[in-house]
Formats: sequence, structure tokens, C-alpha cells
Amino acid sequence: MRTTPVVAPGDAVSTADAVDRGPRTPRRGVAKHGKATPWLFLSPYLLLFGAFVILPIVLGGWISLHRWDYTLPGRPFVGLDNYQALFDPGSTIYQTFWSSMRATGIFTVASVPLLLVLPLLVALVMNQRFPGRNLFRAVYFAPYVLGVAVVAVVWRYLLDANIGLINYYAGLLGLPDGTAWTTSTPAAWVALVGVTVWWTLGYNSVIYLAALQDIPRELYEAARVDGASAWQQFVNVTLPGLRPVLAFVTMITIIASANMFGQSYLITQGGPGRETRTAIYQIAETGLRNFQMGSAAAMSYVLTLALMVLSVGIFWLFRERKG
Amino acid sequence: MRTTAPRRDRTRRGLAAGAATLTAVLALAACGGGTTPEEAAQGGGAPEGAGEFTGEYDGPAVELSYWNGFTGGDGPFMQSLVDEFNAEHENITITPNTIQWADFYQRVPAAVNAGEGPDVGVMHVDQLSTNAARNVIVPLDEVAEALELTEDDFTAEVWEAGTYDDQRYGIPLDVHSLAMYYNVEHFEAAGITEPPTDEASFMAALDALQEAGYEDPFWMPSLWPSHLMFLTLLWQNGGAPYGADGSEATLSSPEAVEALEWQRMIVDEGYSPSDVAIDSQYVAFKNGETSITWDGIWQINDLEGSGMEWGIAPVPTIFDEAAVWASSHQFFMTRQASEDENKYAAAQVFIAWMSEHSAEWAGAAMIPARQSVRDEGGLEGTFQEPIAELIEDMRFLPSVPGLGTVTADALEPAIAEAVLGSLEPGAALERAQTQGAELIEQNRESFGG
Repeated sequence: MRTTPVVAPGDAVSTADAVDRGPRTPRRGVAKHGKATPWLFLSPYLLLFGAFVILPIVLGGWISLHRWDYTLPGRPFVGLDNYQALFDPGSTIYQTFWSSMRATGIFTVASVPLLLVLPLLVALVMNQRFPGRNLFRAVYFAPYVLGVAVVAVVWRYLLDANIGLINYYAGLLGLPDGTAWTTSTPAAWVALVGVTVWWTLGYNSVIYLAALQDIPRELYEAARVDGASAWQQFVNVTLPGLRPVLAFVTMITIIASANMFGQSYLITQGGPGRETRTAIYQIAETGLRNFQMGSAAAMSYVLTLALMVLSVGIFWLFRERKG
Repeated sequence: MRTTAPRRDRTRRGLAAGAATLTAVLALAACGGGTTPEEAAQGGGAPEGAGEFTGEYDGPAVELSYWNGFTGGDGPFMQSLVDEFNAEHENITITPNTIQWADFYQRVPAAVNAGEGPDVGVMHVDQLSTNAARNVIVPLDEVAEALELTEDDFTAEVWEAGTYDDQRYGIPLDVHSLAMYYNVEHFEAAGITEPPTDEASFMAALDALQEAGYEDPFWMPSLWPSHLMFLTLLWQNGGAPYGADGSEATLSSPEAVEALEWQRMIVDEGYSPSDVAIDSQYVAFKNGETSITWDGIWQINDLEGSGMEWGIAPVPTIFDEAAVWASSHQFFMTRQASEDENKYAAAQVFIAWMSEHSAEWAGAAMIPARQSVRDEGGLEGTFQEPIAELIEDMRFLPSVPGLGTVTADALEPAIAEAVLGSLEPGAALERAQTQGAELIEQNRESFGG
């Protein structure tokens, strides 16, 4: 799996190690270039990383310690007040923030398993040889090239409870036609997850497909020789072969789902009430619409922390098990 | 983030997960960081040497960026006014930019802070003081004087709301209100000859429409313009959403609960389907699925172009007093323009010219703000004429810094939940009241006194 273009973190480290250890003789050569050389090579990336990741992170931390409205002259330092309010059950912001975190949680828990399993099934089918395979591959990937605004506006009308096509055709088929897809829960969650799966399924499928094609044919042959059934081949050859890619796909899917914003912003307007307002939605509302940058930055930090803990957990789950 | 970057190898940054999240918020924060508090505090007012405003501009050629939110049937009329202005003024070029109102109030302060915003623009009257307090827009007292605009030419509320801290920030262009639209065909089929004017006739009309086979005659929206309907009903019921000076929220008064209960009743009694999503009621009206809808007069041109047979009448008085929600579009100039002597002078010329041509703006289905313009007959024969006659009944939200946020954040979700039936109107408004009071307290801290 080291050949996969998608490099998992573990791989990257070991590659670096290999370079270090491997060619012993030219080591002096490296030294000759001086200590600055690696930094020079790194500098373009470091510059961008510093300007667009490190600097905002530090500045964000600074902002989160203030009542920061960038249109007002006074930006008083308030210490940890913004964080305290997020953890004080008596404040309004506590309610709105944690219900938005809950919305993010619901969406992530509902969408990630689907976005891990369905694309795998699609990839397994697309990996077979059959007429029109390329067409189907394109069909499944096509929605992903659309922007969130296009996807959301189209689905917002398709899903409309009273004038939408979905309910209209459901009615013609004799199914319940009064489901309020965008204005009631849990239907709204079904709609949001469904739209997201339809939209982004192709991306994960393509990654799976590339990984499937990287699994050596010989392993399947050997398994068949040993009398393994199709299911046994899947469990003992395909899944282990996919493991590094699975870690990657799980990670980006979770992060993407936890950062969901556009769909609920445009399809449900965060409704009914605030039920589908996700954390990012709430952060954007607080910081950009209500100009409470300090509070929004504090929310971002809490969300980041939650995602970090989650990421560490995922890495631990997918770690390379020795022996 | 699905909404933005294509997802490429994020693995390396896996541990710094959510960095993208942060970056989005923070990078934007950083954009605004260019202004020091000192700069911000002393901005505004005329640049030195700008001289007296004469109504003419004879300096070098300038280009003015002009932002507005006329995305509806009103857009083409504004464009033709701008074209006319550009043709008449060789050395001033107006570059219009139209952004929907919902995003407008978020973008203008950010853009002006970054120096990339409009020089002149149009905003709603109740947003002026917020933007004045944020030092986004500058006083226009000189323009008002040069135009010889006086209070008696305007409705008192429209005129007074344009001021903040005893300075004038807005030059009124128009007044617009909620109105009742009805499907003429449906009304004829149901034997309704006169548009309803009070609760009894309104409910009778709904019943007649149902009997004529129009099962859902009055779709009740859960979002926009549901809160405008609520405010209308609240004022009709003798209540008010905020204290007169905007210093307190009164969102859970008995009058407010009654108003919201009436909206919910429309759904409960089966006059409206449940779960009406945003804009659906208007689309349904154009498709002939609903017979009556309350919406702003800005929809007139859109309906006129739709080819359906429709009628317009004032919103019926459901409760005791005749009242209807209204707002006013007002011209503003930004700090950005006032920093440049030539732009400052040219922007004044533009605003003055627009105000003088507000009669033509009636073509955009608006009501000119100036009594004198209305008296000259600019409204004769227009659809909005019968609405304009009731200008004295129009009610405006107080123009107090930050109050727009209270309406959007506390009131609108509560109305949505009550109309959708997920919360009792009383409970929803109780929560809105608590949130509203807290937001007003925060505003007081942010904007001072």
C-alpha cells in the first residue's frame, strides 16, 4: 500500500526515516549544503502554513479573549469570559452553542457510516468488468463537481413539503406524501444526510476504487486456491488491503461532516427553529452576522478541541498493530 | 468543509483538525484588523477642504461603487435610474452592485472595514443606527440641508429614524409595507366581491374560498415574511415588540402571544398546510395553489410579470387598530467615500439626484418617501396607490443599534417554531423574550448607553 498516492501519516514518517537511514554515503554531502537547506526547501510551504494556519490560530486565540467586534473601536479584553459563557448553563450562548454542537454530532453520526459503507459498495461494483462501467463511474462522481449552492437550491425545491417533486411522486406511488422534509425533525436530518450522501458519495468511491485496484491480484488468486469464498476474500484480502485508505477516508469524512454548513444553511435555514443549525453555522452567525468575533473564536476553539480528541481516537483505532 | 475547498490530502493536518474551520473565521477576523481603534473612532464627517456642498460636482472623473439589495422586481428600475444618472453626469460613473438584503448587512460593514466596500448605497431605515454606531456610514446633514429636506415632507417615523446621535445618516428614498395579495379568479369563484378588511370578513373569505374548493386558501409561512406578519398583528393588537426607544424587549406580552396564536390558528384550522418552508407560500400563490398571501409591495412587479390575475389590498385589520409593518429604503454614504474629497462630493451629488428623482422610483412598486413627490401624482394609477393612502397606519421598527440582531436571532426562530407547531406560541415567545433581553443588554455594552 506504500504506493498509494494518498499518503497516510504513518507512511510519511517512515518514508522520511528511510531517507535518513538509507543512503549512508552521501550523508556528508547533505551536511555540506548546510543546515539551512531543508528549511529552504520547506520555506514555500512553511510560509503558507504560517500565514494561513498558524497565524490565524494564534490570532484566533487572542480574539477569543476579547469582546471583539471589528467594526467598533473598543475591543475590551475579557479574559476567559467567552469560554466561561460557553460552559455556563445559565447563559443564552450556552443553549445555542451546545444545541448546534448536538446538531453537528447528529449529522456526523448519521452521515459518516453511510459515507463509509455506500461508497465502498459502489467502488466494489465499479471495480467489476461490465459494459458501461465508465459511464456509471462518471454518473456516481458527477454530483461531487457541483457546488453546495447548486446542490442545496435544487434539493430545497425537490424536498419542499407542499410544492416539492419528492412528495408529489411519493403521493403518486401511494406513499405518504406529507413528509415535511425541510421543516420538521427527524425528516430534516434524513433529508440533509441523504443529500450529502448523494452529493459526496462519488469522492469516497473514487478513493476506494483506486485502493481496490492497488490490491495485488495474486492475493485473490492465492485465496481462491486456498478455497476462500467471495465473502472470505473480502474480509481477509480486500479489507486489510484497504486499511490505510480506510483510515484516511474515515478521517476526512468525519471532518467534512463535522464542518457541515452549506446544506443546512440553504436547505433548512437551520430550521425547524434552530434544530439543524450546526456548529459551523452557529459560529458563522455569531461571528460574521452578529459581529461577536470573540465568542465565535472561542466556539471554534471548543469545536477544534472536540475534533482533535476525535482524531486522536480514530488514529488510535486504525494504528498499525504490531505482532 | 464541504462548502469550500475540495478535499485533498488533509491527513497530514489530521491532528490539527478543524484548522480549516478556524481559518475561515479567523482569516475574516484578520481582514477587519486593519483599522486601529483610533482611526475608527475619528472616522466620519467631511474630509478637510471638501468645501460647501453645492449640488454640483466639477472635479476629476470619479467612479462610485453603489450597493443595494434590489434583487426583486425593483432591480431593473434602479438600474435604469443609475443609467440615467450616468448619462447626465460625465465625470461621475456609478458602478452598481446588488446583493440580497439578507447578506447585505453582513457584508457592508466587513467590506467597508477592508476598504473594499461601497461608497454609497441604500439600506433599510432600521439598520442605519447600527451602521452609524459601527462607524460604517457617515452623517449626511449637509446633503439634507442642500436638498432642503424638512421633516414636514416625510412621515415623522421615517424622518426621525434616519438620525443617530443628533446627526442625519439616511436620506429617505421610499416607504414600503406589507400588503395582501389575492387571486382574482379564486375570489370570483368564491363569490367574494370586496377584499376583506377586518377579521370577520377575512375569516368569511377564507371559509368561502374553502367552500369553493380551494382547500388551503392562506398559506402561513414559517420564515420570511412570517415575522413581518407577526409584527403587523402585534401592532394591530395594541402591542409592540420593543419599547419605544428600543431599550427593552416586550416580545412575550399577552398581545404578542395572541398575535402568534392567530398565526398558528390559521394552520390548526386547516386554512394553511403545515410546514410551509421558506418562499413556498409565494411560489404557491403564483401557481394558484393558495388564494391569499401577505407579502411586501416589492413583489408587485414580479407578480405583474407572472401573467396571473391578482389583486392587491391593504392587510386587513385582524385586531383592534389599523396597523401594518413598514420600512423605508434610505441612502447612505460610507466612511470609505468620505475619506476621499472627490468621492465625497460626487456621492453627495448622486444621493441628491436620486432623492429628487424618487417619483420615478414609484415604478419599482415603492411609495416615494416625500409627501411632495406623492402629491405631484407620482403614484396615480399604480398598484401601490391604495396602500400608500394608508401611510399613517404604517409602523416602523425603532432604529436602535443592534436591534436587527435581536429580531433575527431571538424573534424569528420563535415565530418559526410556533407556526410549525413544535412550540406553543407562549413558550416560544417567552424564550425569545429571554434571549432578546440578553442581546439588548449586550448591545448596550457594545454600543454604549
